[in-house]
Amino acid sequence: MKDFHVVVLIKPSPDIEKVKFDTVRGVVDRSSAPLEINPFDLNALEAAAQIKEKLGGEITAISMAPPMAEPVLKDAIARGADRAILLTDKRFAGADTLATSYTLASAIKKLGKFDLIICGEKTVDGDTAQVGPEVAEHLGIPHVAYVSRIEGVSKERLLVVSDMGVPYLMELRLPGLITVTKDVNKPRLPTLRDKLKARKTKIEVWTADDLADVADVNRFGFSGSPTRVVKAFVLTEKKRKGVIFKGEDAVDKLIEVLEREGILR
Amino acid sequence: MSEYKGILVFSEQRDGDIHPISFELLGKAREIADKKKCEVYSVLLGYQMREKAKELIYFGADKVFLYDHPLLKEFDVINYKQNMVNLIREEKPEIVLIGATPLGRSLAPRIAAALKTGLTADCIDLQLDENGELIQVRPAFTGNLIAHIKTSTRPVMTTVRYKVFKARERDLTRKGDIVEKEVEIVEDVGVRVVRKESVEVVNISDAEIIVSGGRGLKKPEDLKILEELANLLGGVVGASRPLVDEGWISKDHQVGFSGNIVRPKLYLACGISGSPQHLAGMRDSEIIVAINIDPSAPIFNVADYGIVGDLYEIIPKLIEKLKNRKRGVKG
Ligand SMILES: Cc1cc2nc3c(=O)[nH]c(=O)nc-3n(C[C@H](O)[C@H](O)[C@H](O)COP(=O)(O)OP(=O)(O)OC[C@H]3O[C@@H](n4cnc5c(N)ncnc54)[C@H](O)[C@@H]3O)c2cc1C
Repeated sequence: MKDFHVVVLIKPSPDIEKVKFDTVRGVVDRSSAPLEINPFDLNALEAAAQIKEKLGGEITAISMAPPMAEPVLKDAIARGADRAILLTDKRFAGADTLATSYTLASAIKKLGKFDLIICGEKTVDGDTAQVGPEVAEHLGIPHVAYVSRIEGVSKERLLVVSDMGVPYLMELRLPGLITVTKDVNKPRLPTLRDKLKARKTKIEVWTADDLADVADVNRFGFSGSPTRVVKAFVLTEKKRKGVIFKGEDAVDKLIEVLEREGILR
Repeated sequence: MSEYKGILVFSEQRDGDIHPISFELLGKAREIADKKKCEVYSVLLGYQMREKAKELIYFGADKVFLYDHPLLKEFDVINYKQNMVNLIREEKPEIVLIGATPLGRSLAPRIAAALKTGLTADCIDLQLDENGELIQVRPAFTGNLIAHIKTSTRPVMTTVRYKVFKARERDLTRKGDIVEKEVEIVEDVGVRVVRKESVEVVNISDAEIIVSGGRGLKKPEDLKILEELANLLGGVVGASRPLVDEGWISKDHQVGFSGNIVRPKLYLACGISGSPQHLAGMRDSEIIVAINIDPSAPIFNVADYGIVGDLYEIIPKLIEKLKNRKRGVKG
């Protein structure tokens, strides 16, 4: 019987709590925080690892990122991926979700084998939640987004709970794609042995040329991206009253303002 | 490019009810269309919804495209996408607006990828530049950054956050056409709803008053005092992520980046520090009140009113006074 093949798509993103923003230029100082696996993608990797424990097979992690993201893919190996592919090329740069998803989908085509693709729900930097469903569309496979529980897995289908405001139990025929929320599992920490294995595993690097036989290279990167950021700025909090009540009658004063604000009638 | 005209609003329905975001989007679409001198279209996919389709006209649509089929009653991402793609190819709208609900955010990317067009996620404002081109305003980096985005392909596709725009007054005198379209059904799409889970969920994004608890609470039972306070105020209980991850409360109560985005009249944060991820879910609340023992907690930076102190003293006192007030007793 053929091996079950899971692909996990990973975005190397900065730690949001550490990253610094340049308020004047409205840009992110990317050097201020090292790249790490986007937190939601940790859940995707854990889901893949748990499925592999049941069905066996192989997990491939794929990431489109600059060369400096290599340690992030090593981390993916430590967390259960058997193989990791870094798509890196100047021609991939400046990609929006359409170009990113097209590039990732092309790499999956090139890989040639997949039964299930797992993505995190969204990323902490881009926060679009678009890449997963767009990859599914490029590949012409069904998808279920916002998966908060995996109820059952077989080599042919997946039974999952999708959190669409109300939870729906959904059946997905494979090959298919899911995007997972943080509720789907609690990612394990890699053991020392996992880390050693990761250190020994070589990260495969693919460039635009490597995908040329399965893709239209004009659809990569900046040239394949219809959306442009024309302006960006660091959020300034809305001006708030900032009234602090102290002392014995603090609660009375709070009730007073809630009356005045029309909250209490 | 100029063959693309008009604004198309996707109308989301569940169990035959139109989601209020659809009316909000029609309100904004109307405003943009009046400036651009173009029409507003709406599309509704569902089953036996002709009567409800009229509502879309009352709320601002000039024309409603109706796709009526039993298989469209429930959200079916492939068939919804297929019919949306067909419609957009036929009608060529310049702009397509979709609510940034879980359904919208699952569906819109598939449409955009199929049409090879740009899509901007979860917008909190839409503006027109001097050439009448759409500027899409959205947060990024967990809400720390605001970006203005333009799209070079047509249609310009956008998902828009719930409750950022106001619906217009329902106008029963508005006239418009309801055009029934031929439905294309893709058989065997590979994904199906087995059942809707029968659990009670709070619809926290619709709540006007939210009393939220965080790690300042010492044990799960203590959520009861927040519940009592919420009941007295006519609101619902919210929570920061750690309480949900610990299993103290279900995730429909979670506020924040990986939970729900809320915009209530009153957000009362009790024992919540105000992490960037939490703020991303509630910073646009009308009035924010914080109760926290630590005067340097970041939540106070976004609070209109705050009390520095132990929530275990303040909340019971607040509850008692509110009860007395209800009974008409002073003090
Ligand atoms: C990818 C990602 C997504 C996330 N998404 C979310 C999200 O959606 N929502 C979310 O909330 N978090 C989210 N987080 C977690 C976030 O980073 C914080 O860890 C979390 O918000 C902290 O919750 P808290 O404020 O309840 O706890 P803490 O930060 O521990 O704050 C507890 C507060 O309670 C106060 N306190 C303690 N005792 C008392 C008392 N007796 N009386 C009054 N005050 C008291 C303390 O002074 C402190 O300020 C996310 C994190 C990541 C990495």
